[in-house]
Amino acid sequence: MATGIKDKVAIIGMGCSQFGERWDTGTDKLLAEAFDEALADAGIEREQIEAAWYGSCIDSVNVGNSAIPASVALRLDGIPVSRVENMCATGTEALRGAAYAVASGAVDIALAIGAEKLKDTGYGGLPTAYKGTFNDLWLPLGSAPAGFAQLAAGYRNKFQVSKDELKKALAHVSWKSHQNGVLSPKAHFRKEVSMETILNAPMIAEPLGLYDCSGVSDGAAAAIVTTPEIARALGKKDMVTIKAIQLAISSGVETTTNQWDGSHVRNTRTAAKRAYEEAGITNPRKQVSLMEVHDCFSITELVTMEDLFISEEGRAVRDILDGFYDREGGGVPCQVDGGLKCFGHPIAATGLRMAYENYTQLLGRAGKRQLDNPTMGLSHNLGGVPYLGIAAISILGLHS
Amino acid sequence: MEYGITSIGAYVPRYRLARGAIAAAHRWMAPSLSGAAKGNRAFCSWDEDAVTMAVEAGRDCLRGVGAESIGSLVLASTRLPYADLQNAVIVAGALGLRPDLVTSDVAGSQRAATTALLSVLTQGKGRTLLVASDKPHAKPASTQELYFGAGAAAVTVGEGDVIARLLGHASVAAYFVDHFRSADVETDYFWEERWVRDEGYAKIAPRAVKLALANAGVAISDIRHFVMPSLFRGAAQVVAKAVGFAGDVADGLDAECGYTGAAHPLLMLASVLAKAEAGERILLVGFGQGADALVLEASGRRMDAADWRGVDDAIADRYLTNDYLRMLSFQGDIDLEWGMRSEKAGKAALTDAYRNEHQLSHFNAGRCRACGTVQFPQMAYCVNSVCKAPSSQFDSQSLVDEPAKILTFTADWLSYHPAPPLYVGFVQFDNGARLLMEMIDAPADAIDVGVPLKMVFRIKERDAIRGFNRYFWKSTPVRI
Repeated sequence: MATGIKDKVAIIGMGCSQFGERWDTGTDKLLAEAFDEALADAGIEREQIEAAWYGSCIDSVNVGNSAIPASVALRLDGIPVSRVENMCATGTEALRGAAYAVASGAVDIALAIGAEKLKDTGYGGLPTAYKGTFNDLWLPLGSAPAGFAQLAAGYRNKFQVSKDELKKALAHVSWKSHQNGVLSPKAHFRKEVSMETILNAPMIAEPLGLYDCSGVSDGAAAAIVTTPEIARALGKKDMVTIKAIQLAISSGVETTTNQWDGSHVRNTRTAAKRAYEEAGITNPRKQVSLMEVHDCFSITELVTMEDLFISEEGRAVRDILDGFYDREGGGVPCQVDGGLKCFGHPIAATGLRMAYENYTQLLGRAGKRQLDNPTMGLSHNLGGVPYLGIAAISILGLHS
Repeated sequence: MEYGITSIGAYVPRYRLARGAIAAAHRWMAPSLSGAAKGNRAFCSWDEDAVTMAVEAGRDCLRGVGAESIGSLVLASTRLPYADLQNAVIVAGALGLRPDLVTSDVAGSQRAATTALLSVLTQGKGRTLLVASDKPHAKPASTQELYFGAGAAAVTVGEGDVIARLLGHASVAAYFVDHFRSADVETDYFWEERWVRDEGYAKIAPRAVKLALANAGVAISDIRHFVMPSLFRGAAQVVAKAVGFAGDVADGLDAECGYTGAAHPLLMLASVLAKAEAGERILLVGFGQGADALVLEASGRRMDAADWRGVDDAIADRYLTNDYLRMLSFQGDIDLEWGMRSEKAGKAALTDAYRNEHQLSHFNAGRCRACGTVQFPQMAYCVNSVCKAPSSQFDSQSLVDEPAKILTFTADWLSYHPAPPLYVGFVQFDNGARLLMEMIDAPADAIDVGVPLKMVFRIKERDAIRGFNRYFWKSTPVRI
């Protein structure tokens, strides 16, 4: 009987580039920024890495297919490097690959790294994704915000929440992340934004205005993983281990049957249940110290609070407006580093950036934004759209 | 069993432009246009063409008529999207007509549909669906821009309980060039209206009319309805007078639709047949390089399917706008700044399209025999998470006329869409099927959770580089 990967893999080094509009920097140097920091943190040499998982998502504006560009950029001479892509969940997917390699005993030390260069498109927002030759024949167009905005219609309808009340809760989600972003030196956006500005911003996809949408950024993030035993042998005392990594992917139930009501993300619930079980968490509202969730849009964060079983069904609006997810709200702080909203969202780096914040907080290195004694950090990544996508959850904790 | 017209149907685009808005836009250079700027004209949305309108008129015409009884399909238009790719076959697929079908396009003249109609009515056997569909395109600031509309009409012809039968007919050919359009040009070139009226309509049409009346053995005084479309207002009255007709000159549908090119004879005929009493005689004239005249007799039978619309309902179903530039943009007359997102590649995989034609054309979902789940698209296994039967267990079930409602939606201002915002969301069919679809041709206040939808056949995407249209189904509120 499989036992999962809880405490079988330790993270010994992490790195994260400056996120933002990196006009002067190509993907190779973004990768190098994250990689150098991770190597230094781990206190190892490049040659000790035995295998690597490289995540990148949108090829049309990045360095191209395969793991070759990463291997060339980081001079990973001759070792196995795999390129992974699972839309916005790519970063967590890369971490999963590296963690499984270590947990299986195939290698001692592995690298997970993700990078995305989105600001070479010539316009704001994400490029239109290629849907496949068959889907292109029938599936309608639709931007990422249009996919997620539909959750608002479904949520309002299910819980009979008024448009105004939901919009106010959504605005609080973004307002809180901007507050947090100010304290986050590597974040793309580091300015406070008033509730009024958020509420009156131009509409992108009803009811999502400009400030309900995350930043589209360049960036990279990396993790170096090994076994707890090797980590100890390398002199690591305070140690962060992986408690769980779980993925759940749509099989068509939401999009093709009447088994989904449009108000939540089914994959998140499935992945969360499995992740809590793998990590041994029975009461996430009490046991999770902080969360980095996939707030690509404010509505996503709102429903995620319920999908992760932190807020009860239909209660997320109340919890959000009560400040339960604010940094100093006495609840479970969410997006302490600013989240996708303010830290930015270079797609394939995002899952690793979330892990980076959890790791940094757990080790007490978060400076001005350090929380009091966190013990368990959850990150949640969503690829695709709420009804046809990928939910990825990783839970990191202090190794006892 | 009688042989004749056994059903009729019509379609007019929902979009209407107030003619006053057209005249106002041109006031600086053509102030005289305002004199003709009464009422509203129909115009196609960016995703409508002669093929999509033909499908809608064909569906209307087949209400209560078994599609499987149709043995041939004729499509008449002067604005077919393809020069070498049979357009009728696209219509046949969308209508779910049987595969052993004779299909043909008829084009090249304003009287394409009347010629096709008399050809079908005189063949005396089989059941044919004849659809005429057109979107005449005029230059900005021309009088035609005010006068033209867009639309389609359809009739089935065969044995049965007829709506009208042919008593007689005649045609004349005349190399009379009132207007023309060479093959690679977008708009027509017109000669002086007075000459066209006096030397063309007033002299050529009566020749055909007199021959047809003689052929039918009917006197002009026996005709109750005179149906003759024309490229400008007033020509029908001139011809009626020239042939000594004293009855009702059929309405040219000018007030809310406009002249629909080659579709107009059938559209006007469908309008008249919906009201004609038993025994009333109808004279239908098509004009263009000569004339066709058909003498018909109505049976008084009505289309009785509950969801049949006909001309009046199609015209009443409107989305009125004063945005003149919207029409120009939809027609491709102005190139707006759509941003870099509009640069996306639109090449269709023709191989994949053919592989999946069985589900794409007639919007065929799969109904799983093992568990009853209705699903679109049809993939290798049943989507039901406790079934997963192989697709060999599916029966085809078209979603074209299935009742459906909005489950979720948003107004997307970010995506490139030629008619922004893009309304997109989940459509929930009463039979359990569900998919993400566009919601089109509706103002913001007509889109909400629970709103009843109907399906319409449209251009999903244009490949501007290669000139290829991908057609598929979209949704629109039943009422706006």
